[in-house]
Amino acid sequence: MLKRPHLIALGLVVLLTLIVLNLPHHATNQIKLAIGSLFLPLFGLSKSSQQIIGHASDTLLPRSELLRQNEQLRRANQELQFRATQAEAVQRENDQFRALFGWQKQSLWKVRLASVIARDPANWWHIIRIDLGTRDGMRPDLPVITSAGLVGKISTVGLTDSQVVLIGNPDCKVAAIVEKPGERNGESGVITGVSSPLDNTLVTLSFLSSNSSLKPGEFVRTWGEGKIFPPGIPIGQVVEDSHLSELGYTEARVKLAADLGALEEVWVIIQ
Amino acid sequence: MNWLNSILILLVAFLAVFMESVFDGARNLLGAQIDLLPALMVYASLSSGLLTVTAVAVAGGLLFDTLSSNPLGISILPLFLPAYIIYVRRGLILREQFYAQIVLGLLASAFAPLLALLMLSVTKQSPVLGWDSVWQWIVMSVGGAILTPFCFWLFDGLNHALNYRPVVESSFRLDRQIKRGRQ
Repeated sequence: MLKRPHLIALGLVVLLTLIVLNLPHHATNQIKLAIGSLFLPLFGLSKSSQQIIGHASDTLLPRSELLRQNEQLRRANQELQFRATQAEAVQRENDQFRALFGWQKQSLWKVRLASVIARDPANWWHIIRIDLGTRDGMRPDLPVITSAGLVGKISTVGLTDSQVVLIGNPDCKVAAIVEKPGERNGESGVITGVSSPLDNTLVTLSFLSSNSSLKPGEFVRTWGEGKIFPPGIPIGQVVEDSHLSELGYTEARVKLAADLGALEEVWVIIQ
Repeated sequence: MNWLNSILILLVAFLAVFMESVFDGARNLLGAQIDLLPALMVYASLSSGLLTVTAVAVAGGLLFDTLSSNPLGISILPLFLPAYIIYVRRGLILREQFYAQIVLGLLASAFAPLLALLMLSVTKQSPVLGWDSVWQWIVMSVGGAILTPFCFWLFDGLNHALNYRPVVESSFRLDRQIKRGRQ
């Protein structure tokens, strides 16, 4: 038999839950920000302890290993400088052609480096948290990438941190284009969600035209439609032949280029 | 009521949510993050008053939802309900039994995510679910079951170290002499 205080406690918890769940979106965001600020010292502590561990491991590395790494980095740097020079030449040429045809000049992305400070503790959201917020110029819908490819977009922004909704999440739909070898125009579609029930690195490319035929290995990039993601960001590669869905459009499975499970640092495209 | 114990449970709930968010060891190894809060609720329901159980469910749920994309408040009931049922029936539960701790931890850790997902579907949210979610649910349930005896061990140890031990009252008094036999 339930006692009166037990029933009162149960009733109060149910009532509180209903009240909190029915609060306006703006109010819940404010409460989340307020409660989230309790964690900020711990996030700072966690970051600095990681840096200390990093420094400690650096000091433990033998000098010969450090010299070897230094030499490797020097070579990589030279190679990248050489490629950058080539890219600049191509860019100049591209600008000249654009001027010749009267096309608008393409602007280069301005990016900011961010560290991943946390992941969603619930297993059913594909979301990470980064250490840049409104004070760093972050705002919702800014694209987030790694050197490998597209990661997602910023969903909500706090003062010092932001949430990034990862590609594959239904809240992060991306207009994509498939590069067809030897063809000027590719097949366009939309990345709608995770494709494989057991592998969240595979996403579905939907809404391709019904006569599309995609082959494994073809590269998928952002299309630029929708104005959130600039065109040309690598998304991944088609992993198997495309097929006609029951809804009348062609679908394909795409293996993501960026490893979303091992993100430590990401770039936010701010312009 | 033992306030120190309640404060310790709340503190561990806070740290547990933070660690679940920051440390990816279990997630990378097993493909799912293990939730300590249901195990903590089992401990709270068997060792504390109803006020503490309610406070830990509300605080833990709000903290969890803050670091998550969950709608705020969605995790309160899934944490509170199993703990409430255990609390109401705790007179029948052998708290010290390892087996009882494991089974209760398993049930609470299995029930909490299911109820949370049910509530998410009621509130028309669209979490990313697939067959791997079944695996994640199994990992969360078994992980919670394993963590429950750890919670008991941790808090019993902390209470032992930080609290005064209760004086055992006996009817025998040293300042009285018992004379036996007939005089």
